[in-house]
Amino acid sequence: MSMRLDELNPGESATIVEILGNDVIASRLMEMGLIDGEEISMIGRAPMGDPTEFSIRGYRLSLRKTESSRVLVTKGA
Amino acid sequence: MPTATVSETSTRTVALIGNPNTGKSSLFNALCGLNARVGNYPGVTVEQKVGRLTGSKLSIDVIDLPGTYSLAARSADEAVAVNVLSGELAHQAAPEIAIVILDASNIERNFYLFSQVYELGLPVIAVLNMWDRVEAEGLTVDAEVIAKRLGVPVVCTSANKRKGIDELRSTIEQTLQSPRTKPTSAQLARAQFPEAFQQEAQKLSEWLHSNGRKTSLYKVDRLLIDSDGHFQKSLCQSGLHEINTQIEQARERLRGAGCKVPMFETKARYGWIRQLIDGAVTRKETRSASSSDRIDQWLTHRWVGMLIFALIMFVVFQSIWWVAKWPMDGIQWIQGLASGGIEAFLPPGALRSLLVDGVIAGVGGVVLFVPQIAILFFFIAVLEDCGYMARAAFVMDKLMTSVGLSGKSFLPLMSSFACAVPGIMATRTIESRKDRMVTLLIAPLMSCSARIPVYVLMVSAFVPAIKYAGGWISLQGIVLMGMQSIGAIVAIPVAWLLKRFLFPGEPATFLMELHSYKWPSMVVIYQRVWERVVSFVARAGSLIFCTTILIWAACYFPGDHRLLDESVATLEQLQKTQAIAPVSLEQTQMEENQIREKQMEEKLGEVNRLRSELIETSFLGMAGHRIEPIVRPLGWDWKIGVAVIASFPAREVIIATLGTIYSLGTGEDEKSQSLQDQMQQARRPDGRPVFSLATAMSIMVFFALCAQCSATLMTIRRETNSWRWPIFSFVYMTTLAYIGAWLTYQFFESWS
Repeated sequence: MSMRLDELNPGESATIVEILGNDVIASRLMEMGLIDGEEISMIGRAPMGDPTEFSIRGYRLSLRKTESSRVLVTKGA
Repeated sequence: MPTATVSETSTRTVALIGNPNTGKSSLFNALCGLNARVGNYPGVTVEQKVGRLTGSKLSIDVIDLPGTYSLAARSADEAVAVNVLSGELAHQAAPEIAIVILDASNIERNFYLFSQVYELGLPVIAVLNMWDRVEAEGLTVDAEVIAKRLGVPVVCTSANKRKGIDELRSTIEQTLQSPRTKPTSAQLARAQFPEAFQQEAQKLSEWLHSNGRKTSLYKVDRLLIDSDGHFQKSLCQSGLHEINTQIEQARERLRGAGCKVPMFETKARYGWIRQLIDGAVTRKETRSASSSDRIDQWLTHRWVGMLIFALIMFVVFQSIWWVAKWPMDGIQWIQGLASGGIEAFLPPGALRSLLVDGVIAGVGGVVLFVPQIAILFFFIAVLEDCGYMARAAFVMDKLMTSVGLSGKSFLPLMSSFACAVPGIMATRTIESRKDRMVTLLIAPLMSCSARIPVYVLMVSAFVPAIKYAGGWISLQGIVLMGMQSIGAIVAIPVAWLLKRFLFPGEPATFLMELHSYKWPSMVVIYQRVWERVVSFVARAGSLIFCTTILIWAACYFPGDHRLLDESVATLEQLQKTQAIAPVSLEQTQMEENQIREKQMEEKLGEVNRLRSELIETSFLGMAGHRIEPIVRPLGWDWKIGVAVIASFPAREVIIATLGTIYSLGTGEDEKSQSLQDQMQQARRPDGRPVFSLATAMSIMVFFALCAQCSATLMTIRRETNSWRWPIFSFVYMTTLAYIGAWLTYQFFESWS
């Protein structure tokens, strides 16, 4: 079941399906290691609800909603 | 390009490149000490930092390239890095080695940049920094296996603990002295690019060659991959407009062949990295429960996190506001002592005036900033090194995005409420150039502590002391608060406009790495503070000092000071006699003392009158008269104009200048009753008072918004390495201040 990365709840993991768009944000996300097939998990949100901390490729990355909503993921395998 | 035949004595060049937050500046300092030459790359506001490798027999220059995640050449930083590494920059020797610094605790992502640098064709050294973190994070990294697979030397360092630096130094020397080896094309990540792309790149390369633009294969790849990238633009600017259609057609063909641009690049590179580290890097699956995450649960918690954040910011702010006061008072005390000493030895005259009002005031005006800078950077270094700084940005980001900035702008802006100088210097922690520039340009609008004396003087003299709500709320307090916040309020639309019109282009992204927490390193903290203080005193300080001397000269010349000097000499003689005169109840002695006191009073009046006359006939006074028509709509007379110009070296100087102009001497402060009285009684030629509530309000609004502070402007000059931005700041803020003061004056005039 496909969903957007920003819809994950704390502690949930998912597999990246696709990065939407073809612009700078998409390229940056891919450069930071968000590539289809990669597993990503949601750690927690900032006190004001945005941005969100994720774990990918063994490091912690903070993404704003405008960025994480560009990532299509699928939960569970 | 220099080859291996370069003689031993000539200077060799190497370049240091890496992701942000990999400890690159610590490593640079460890290699080169603190004596880096700092400038700008021609034509762009990208800082150029070059140091000399210490402890080496060879003379080796180390270029510190801007921290970047990729060499995609979308931004100016990245384009500069590619140009420097390919030796295509004028006035800069081509580096012979690219030293790639990688965060050993985040190897996978860090090798992305490495895979790009590796394709540039330079000999490469991989530095696995933060080696001390590897074990702490449950990682095992086999550097030897990686070195073997890559075919390049790999050095493990912990730059903040000064570990592995000697080994890196000798590796650099060895690499420089051994014959160059090139990686085979199969070793590069590029080998994993789709066949269709490699063919297109070959075609484009040949096309460029036939058009007289021999281009490295890496740049050709970039032309095809990055839509609207830097190199495409520069080729276009050089007259090769057909490049656009060439690239367009090539991309069209790639699309037809099923090659997804730019996705395939990142995919191929990360695939290459997985093969490289396969079996060489292992991770124990304990990290999710690691202590760092437990700390984070609280530090980014909805309520607790906010509370801790507010508490930390409170401590930082209080420290630069209050703790810095002690050493600052000490500096002013020493300044007074030095002035007193000179006055005791030198007779009144131009030399004494230059030394006391020019040199000592100038040096004091520079040193005065050091406590605040040192304290702020102590906190920044601690917070950054332990990992909290990124969390602070994480916590504050939502709030700051509402004004178009990111969470990283919070601390610099908050610090600017104490003083814009350390605040502007703190914008270095912002990686996005656009955000950094906007933050730096609006920081001087935050109401700094130097504006407070001006507000206090004006409010207590001209705002009626009305109290509301049973004495709990005072009108004076409300006005004071309004003045404190007006700059910050105006900063919001200014930030928006600057972003919209001055720095368009790349949308601001906020992909920020959150390192795990660790104990801060004392070496890093010490170096950080020291480096910032030295760079301020040496680079901005000299300019601030010069401004003070210039303003002194404008106040002093061309008037004839002989009469004043004589009066001052007589006065000082009287004071001396009075000080040693015996205190006695004897009639004659008492009378004598009284007469002397009277004489002193008269002399003092004469001195103050002469001072005020001299300032009126000085260059500054002339300028004041000249600008009177300009400042009249603000409700000012020439005296206020003079005081405002004279306060350019430091805002609070306006009070001393007003004191001089109103014949009260130079020692007045904002609470001085006589200065307040004098200002209330001052009359215009037509008999109306000079200072009305409207005028006082207009002066305060002007001061809230103007850039009347040479230290701030010189720090902007220093931080941007360009005169363009201080001039821009001065012009935009003065315009804003003028309009604000004019509106205020008109409003209060029509209202009263």
